[in-house]
Amino acid sequence: MTKLAQWLWGLALLGSAWAALNVGALGLELPAPCRDVLWPLPAYLLVAAGCYALGTVGYRVATFHDCEDAARELQNQIQEARADLSRRGLRF
Amino acid sequence: MASKEASRTPAWSRLEPEGRSPPQNTYSVLLPTYNERENLPLIVWLLVKSFSESGFNYEIIIIDDGSPDGTRDVAEQLEKIYGSDKILLRPREKKLGLGTAYIHGMKHATGNYIIIMDADLSHHPKFIPEFIRKQKEGNFDIVSGTRYKGNGGVYGWDLKRKIIRHCCGLSVYVSPKFTCLEFGDESLRSSLEDVTWAGPVMGRGANFITQILLRPGASDLTGSFRLYKKEVLQKLIEKCVSKGYVFQMEMIVRARQLNYTIGEVPISFVDRVYGESKLGGNEIVSFLKGLLTLFATT
Repeated sequence: MTKLAQWLWGLALLGSAWAALNVGALGLELPAPCRDVLWPLPAYLLVAAGCYALGTVGYRVATFHDCEDAARELQNQIQEARADLSRRGLRF
Repeated sequence: MASKEASRTPAWSRLEPEGRSPPQNTYSVLLPTYNERENLPLIVWLLVKSFSESGFNYEIIIIDDGSPDGTRDVAEQLEKIYGSDKILLRPREKKLGLGTAYIHGMKHATGNYIIIMDADLSHHPKFIPEFIRKQKEGNFDIVSGTRYKGNGGVYGWDLKRKIIRHCCGLSVYVSPKFTCLEFGDESLRSSLEDVTWAGPVMGRGANFITQILLRPGASDLTGSFRLYKKEVLQKLIEKCVSKGYVFQMEMIVRARQLNYTIGEVPISFVDRVYGESKLGGNEIVSFLKGLLTLFATT
């Protein structure tokens, strides 16, 4: 099953469960407070997911590893390489 | 010259008889190049240094796609310096793409492991012995260098440069030579020049979306610094249909589908030292297209 298909299945399942509970099908009558929360739940979850995404990406950007040492080391090695290769007869 | 041999292999390995350990592994490094005249000697020097210090058997296969800047010339000189048993030149007439470059290179590879990497010094050969050790540790089918785990990272996204690439963190992940995009227009370029945070944001954002949608089981999907078992790479290339960096993503996704094991090694990625990258803002669009295609088809 492709990822897309998995997502669609998942959404269909959750969506139908949510709709069924809201409409009161299957003879399940939830108490009013529960329904008040259930009805806007998808919207809440969407907003929560958005916040999570922004937070995660923001955190990862803030803690991003900036390899200055690697760059410096590379510059030094480039000098060394050029010297060695010139010695061996490379014409740049 | 006798000193050439002496400088390349550590003394102890010259005294041991051939095949003292179970069949020697040979690591073939595939280097597709296009206009890498400046970088090629340096990357080869670093590769030779890294392999001779660690003692592994290796060969470097340079696949030049008819570079107009004389890359092939430099490659021939390197072959003379290091020997044609270590440097194999397998050029092609014109730019034909990364996947076919790998196929072409593999046809001539005598090693049982293949290492792919960028020839523009963004990938440092010093990590190769770590890849090899990791592979032996878990007998992994693939070992992938990751910029997103451990002490992996990127250098170069803070530098103010004239070239747009920082606006699209994605572009620095791949050998841009193999994406056929033009420079963005001048005004866009200069306005984005000053936006130095855009690189990490785009990069992290893209990786985040990719992880959510594809759940690939690997932390760095667009990276192209990897070690493969030869038969694994052959199998994967057969199955992959995308181009450019989406190709790199697809390789990992297909590998998971086929239940290949993937190990990861943190690497540092240093932005292009010499040369220009070709890229534009529409690389984001093509990344998203590629991602959605993979999402819908795998």
